[in-house]
Amino acid sequence: MASPKPSISIVSEATAETDRGEGASHVRSPDPISAPKAPKRLVVDARNISLTFETADGRVDALSNVNLQVTEGEFVSFIGPSGCGKTTMLRVIADLQQPSSGALSVKGMSAEQARLARAYGYVFQAPALFPWRTIEKNLKMPLEIMGYSEFEQQQRVQRYLSMVNLTGFERKFPWQLSGGMQQRVSIARALSFDPDLLLMDEPFGALDEIVRDHLNEQLLQLWKSTRKTVLFVTHSIPEAVFLSTKIVVMSPRPGRIIDVIDCDFPPDRSLEIRERPEFLKVAQRVRIGLRAGHSYDE
Amino acid sequence: MTSNSLALPAPRSRALLKHPIIARYAPIATMVAALVAIWYIAAVAMNWSLVRDGFEREETTYATTDVLLGTMEAERPLLPAPHQVLEAFYDGVFGYPPLAPRSLVYHALVTLSATLLGFFLGALFGVVLALLIVHSRVLKRGLLPWIICSQMVPVLALAPIFIVVLGALGLHGLLPKSIISAYLCFFPVAIGMVKGFTSPEPLQLELMRTWSATPRQVLWKLRWPASVPYLFTSLKVAVSISLVGAIVAELPTGAEAGIGARLLSGSYYGQTIQLWAALVAAAVLASALIGVIGLIERAVARRMGAR
Repeated sequence: MASPKPSISIVSEATAETDRGEGASHVRSPDPISAPKAPKRLVVDARNISLTFETADGRVDALSNVNLQVTEGEFVSFIGPSGCGKTTMLRVIADLQQPSSGALSVKGMSAEQARLARAYGYVFQAPALFPWRTIEKNLKMPLEIMGYSEFEQQQRVQRYLSMVNLTGFERKFPWQLSGGMQQRVSIARALSFDPDLLLMDEPFGALDEIVRDHLNEQLLQLWKSTRKTVLFVTHSIPEAVFLSTKIVVMSPRPGRIIDVIDCDFPPDRSLEIRERPEFLKVAQRVRIGLRAGHSYDE
Repeated sequence: MTSNSLALPAPRSRALLKHPIIARYAPIATMVAALVAIWYIAAVAMNWSLVRDGFEREETTYATTDVLLGTMEAERPLLPAPHQVLEAFYDGVFGYPPLAPRSLVYHALVTLSATLLGFFLGALFGVVLALLIVHSRVLKRGLLPWIICSQMVPVLALAPIFIVVLGALGLHGLLPKSIISAYLCFFPVAIGMVKGFTSPEPLQLELMRTWSATPRQVLWKLRWPASVPYLFTSLKVAVSISLVGAIVAELPTGAEAGIGARLLSGSYYGQTIQLWAALVAAAVLASALIGVIGLIERAVARRMGAR
């Protein structure tokens, strides 16, 4: 199913020998797939981002002094309990919410400029397809808005539908597809205008374990073949460790980053890697971080 | 074996009851039959004294059955019997050439033209109002109270004013009637479309934002298609109201043509049968209009992927 498409170049750098940094070396990003000496541009540079809002129950610190640097081609997962601000962080980067203080640049621009320049594709937890449009027309929605030619739209629909293995479903309406297929459509839609940055907010959160595993493998393939920078919010430790080059562990009240874990398994890894000791070691560290940051006395 | 063959007829008759056509129309038919029966009883009861007095005035001898029959075919009954109304309706529709002044078709067409123009104007006005309200918070606060107030004044009181003012401006005939009809029917469209334009989910709106869509693109590609179900629901309400508006507008003008004119002359001259026949014509017209909108709605919904 998740076989790479002909256009995909299989990246051959052997990367398994790169040693995982054991400490909290945030800034060094052992990106396993890009060429070793390529200059790494910062895609996201967030310094001292805070976001507070007033509610009926008083002030809520959704984000408190968050620092985050993401370089080109990284796959960064945000993990943490609900209320830790991982979704908020993604929304701030997407300019769907504005921080109260701090400096943020996205691809060298302000978050708003980046949004206006259509610098990223956003995938929500729900597929958010337009029920009155066929799958094909759903994919065309951003393309129509961005003024692509009819011919180009058609080509991209074909390319990205086949990338998520949904060729043949062009004329179906969203309700005729399963939840997992719908989410794949929404990923294809986010990719359709070829942004280098992909923001994914728990895209597989509502799906069952088996579908989720399958989509994890597909997403890994996709990331490997397109070399996009991915920011990925999740609740699941195995998912985060399996997919990421960097795991950002967050904690609530106030929402903050408590650990950044580098993680570099070989790019052609399969789901079986989840049974291996080095995988479990990273997962264990994420778990310890989550536990440390979580106060159970509500 | 015998018990088995004996038991067969029962399920078959139950199967007949479950036949789709019967299952669908039996409740309606029962309801109509009950209403007709009640109507006949009411006709007898209400016309009884009228008919009996007639006999007594002529000092003829009469039996109870004579009175009973009399209530069924009085010339100016208090309440005409259903068959009288149907007869008058049938006669009005098929008994004259369609454009003769006594033809119900002619009167229905006159009212229909005012209804359609008024419906078109009112629906358009309602959609434009809804657009303004959705796009501006100031307008929302400024316009909504007036829109609601407009519907509190009885249209029967407003209609003569409209007619007089528009008449002084040199507008006669179709347009004043349509304006009164539009005045009534823009309301459900405006309210329904405000709801419809705000019906897209927050996620869908945020997606548009991530693609930095212009407000116009958000309107045409998201708000407008999302509001289509609301549009048709409010159009169905609006079209029947606009028919009422057109009929009401015919009353104070002393129009000589139109369903309203038929109602008015029927009540002047005590022609109750004519009155009821005109009412039936109005009901048939309204059902037809709603039916047409329903058909369009179904066709549009199919194209928009309704299951």
